[in-house]
Amino acid sequence: MIRVPKEGRTYIISAIVEHKPGVLYSVSNMFRRRGFNIETITVGAAEEKDLARLTVTIKGDERTVEQSVKQLHKLIDVVKVSILEPESTVSRELALVKVKTDDTKVRSDVINYTEIFKGHVVDVAHDSLVVEITGDSDKINAFVELMRPFGLKEIARTGVTALSRGMRSARME
Amino acid sequence: MVKMSGAKALIESLKKQKVEVIFGIPGGSVLPIYDVLYDSEIRHILMRHEQCAAHAADGYARASGKVGVCMATSGPGATNLVTGIANAYMDSSPVVAFTGNVPRAFIGKDAFQETDIVGVTTPITKCNFQITNTKEIYRTVKTAFYVASTGRPGPVLVDLPKDTQTEVEDVEFDDGIHLRGYKPNTEPHSLQVEKAVKLLVQAERPVIIAGGGVITSGASQELLTLAEMLVAPVSTTLMGKGCIPENHPLSLGMLGMHGTISANKIVPEADVLLAVGMRFTDRSTGKVETFCRNSKIIHIDIDSAEIGKNVRPTVPIVADAKLALKAIRERLVKSYRKKERSTWMSRIQEQQRQQAEMEKRDGMTPTHLLAELRKILPNDAITTTEVGQNQMWAALYLKSYKPRTFISSGGLGTMGFGFPASLGAKVACPDVPVVDVAGDGSFIMTEQDLASSVMWKIPVTVMVLNNSVLGMVAQWQRLFYDRRYSAIDLDKCPDFVKLAEAYGAQGVRVDSPEEFAKAVKAAMKSDVTTVVDVPISPEQNVFPMVPPGAGIDKIMVG
Repeated sequence: MIRVPKEGRTYIISAIVEHKPGVLYSVSNMFRRRGFNIETITVGAAEEKDLARLTVTIKGDERTVEQSVKQLHKLIDVVKVSILEPESTVSRELALVKVKTDDTKVRSDVINYTEIFKGHVVDVAHDSLVVEITGDSDKINAFVELMRPFGLKEIARTGVTALSRGMRSARME
Repeated sequence: MVKMSGAKALIESLKKQKVEVIFGIPGGSVLPIYDVLYDSEIRHILMRHEQCAAHAADGYARASGKVGVCMATSGPGATNLVTGIANAYMDSSPVVAFTGNVPRAFIGKDAFQETDIVGVTTPITKCNFQITNTKEIYRTVKTAFYVASTGRPGPVLVDLPKDTQTEVEDVEFDDGIHLRGYKPNTEPHSLQVEKAVKLLVQAERPVIIAGGGVITSGASQELLTLAEMLVAPVSTTLMGKGCIPENHPLSLGMLGMHGTISANKIVPEADVLLAVGMRFTDRSTGKVETFCRNSKIIHIDIDSAEIGKNVRPTVPIVADAKLALKAIRERLVKSYRKKERSTWMSRIQEQQRQQAEMEKRDGMTPTHLLAELRKILPNDAITTTEVGQNQMWAALYLKSYKPRTFISSGGLGTMGFGFPASLGAKVACPDVPVVDVAGDGSFIMTEQDLASSVMWKIPVTVMVLNNSVLGMVAQWQRLFYDRRYSAIDLDKCPDFVKLAEAYGAQGVRVDSPEEFAKAVKAAMKSDVTTVVDVPISPEQNVFPMVPPGAGIDKIMVG
C-alpha cells in the first residue's frame, strides 16, 4: 500500500549500517518498495570501523514509521535502528545558498542576515555570494525564505543528520 | 588455508554445507564451476529453463526442509532465475542461488551477458553477495546457507564474476560468520507468553490459524497438542496446509478467499485468535478492516516486521513457532482446566457438515477427482500445485495429513511452479509418489522440463485439469465482468498426450473417474513421468469464494 501521509509528523530514523557498497541501495530501495517516502537521507562513517550512520527523515503516521523501522531492521546489513525523539535529539542540516548580489545594498543585507543566522560567507563573486548555514531544518527554511526576494540562484542542502542528546543512546528496535 | 581456484573453493564449500544436488544450467560465465562439477560427487541436474532450476530447488527445500541450490550463468541465465527467487522469497523457502558474472574488470561496462543480478534481486532475497575477493568464497557460501535457513527462511543469491572462479588463491576454510545485523530471535519473551496464556485461559471460543511457519519450524505436533488441550479448532493458510491432519475433528481447512465454509464462518466468531507462523495476507483475511474485529489476537511470528503489518495483535510474540507454542502449552498446563465447549463444538461441527456437503460431487468434477486421488495416494505422498483454479481445488478438496506434503506457490502465485517443484520434491523424497495437480494454462508454462524429468529419471505424475481456458481468469470474468471472456481461450492446444510422448514421457487421457483412478495407479508404479490429461468443463467455478474486498464470512457457495 502506498501510504500518503495525510497527517503525522516528520520522524528521524537513525541506523547503524555496514559501511560497504550496496547498503545505501538496499536501504533506499526498501523505502521505495514499501511506499514510504524519504524526505532526506544522509550517510557517513560512524564511530566504529566499517560501520556507517544513516539518518533518514520520513513524514508519516506512527504505524508507517514503526513498519519502516522494522523493515529496516530486517535488512541484514542494518545493525541497529532507532527512532530519535525530537525532545532528546540534536539534529542539524547544512545548506549552501547562492544569492544574487549585483547591488551593494542587497549585498550588505545578505551579509547582515548571514550574521544574524550565524552563517558564513564562503564564496564571494562580483555579482553573487555563497552562504553556508547550519541548523535545524526550520532555521534553514527561514533563511532560504529571507533570501528568496534577493534572487536565489542555487541551493544545496545536505539533509538532516542527528544524534540523541547526552549519554543516552537511542532505543533499540 | 588451502591454495585452489575459486570454482574449486565453491564446490568444496558446497560439500561442507552437505549439498547433495544442484539444479542448474551452465553457460559462459560458470564454465570454470562446471569444470569442477565434472569431477564432483555432487549431483547436478540439468534443467531446461533456469526458472525451473529455481523452482526445483524450492520444491526440494520445501519437501526436505534442507536448503535447495540452483545455478545459472550471467545475464539471461541469472534473470531467468528471478521468478523462482521471488517465489521462494514470498513463501519463505530456503534457496541459495549461484550465478556467474562477467570478469571483475568488465563489471559495469555492459559487457556481453552482463546483468546487475545483485541489484535486480535485492528486493527479493534475504540478502545477496557478489564475490570480489576469491579468498572469501567459503565464508560467503557459509553465510549464504546460514541466512537462507535460519530465522524466517528465504532465498540468498551469490554472484561470482568469472575471474574469481579461475583465480587461484589461499582460501580460508574455517572463517566464522560475521553478521552484526542478523540475529534471528527464536525464544519467546516470557512476559508475552504469560499474556497469551491469560487470554487463552479466559477464552470461550478460541480459534487457531496456522501458517507456513508451523511447518518450517516443525511445530505440527506441538500445535495439535495445544489445539486438543484448548479444544480450539485449527484453520490453516494455504502455506500451512498439512500442519494439522485435515481429517482431524478440530480441522477447519483453509481460510480466506477460497477458504472452506467452516474456516470462514468459524474464524470470525473467535473471541481469542491464536495466529501462528502466518502473516495475515489479503488472501487470508478478506477485507482486513473487518477481519476478526471482535477477537483478541495473539500473533506469533519469527519475523517482527510481520507483527502489526496488516493486523494489530493484542499480544505479539516474536519467536520460532515451535518454541512459542511449547512455552504457551507448558505455561498453560499449570493453570488450565479443560473445558468441554459443547455449544462451540456443535457450532463448528455444523459448519464442517455444510462444507462436507459441498464436497459431495461425482463425475468428472475436480472435487470428485481430487477426492479419488486422495484415496489412491498414501498419506506421505507429496502433491504440488500450479496456480489458479487447480490450486484452489487442490487446497480445498485434496486433504493433507502431514506437513511438507502439500507444496504450492502461495505468495507469488506463480503459474508453472508446480511441475518443476514436483521434480525437486521427488529428488528430495524419491521413495514417495509425487503428483503435480496442474491446469492446462499453468503446465504449459514450464512443460519443457518434462525433458529433465525423463532424462534424469525423476518420475512424477502430472494431473492436468484441462478446461482449455485460463480457468481462474475465466471464473472472475464470469462472476465479476458480465461473462465478457477476454483472452482466456487456450483452444484445446496442445494435445498433452502427444506432448508427453514427444518427451519420452507417458501421456494418457481419461474420460471417467474410473479411468482416472486407473491411470494414476499406473503412473505411481511407472518409472517414467506420466501426464494424465483430465478434460473438465470450462464452466466450473471454484467455490466457496469470498468476493474481492468483502469480509471472509461473506461466502459465495455457487
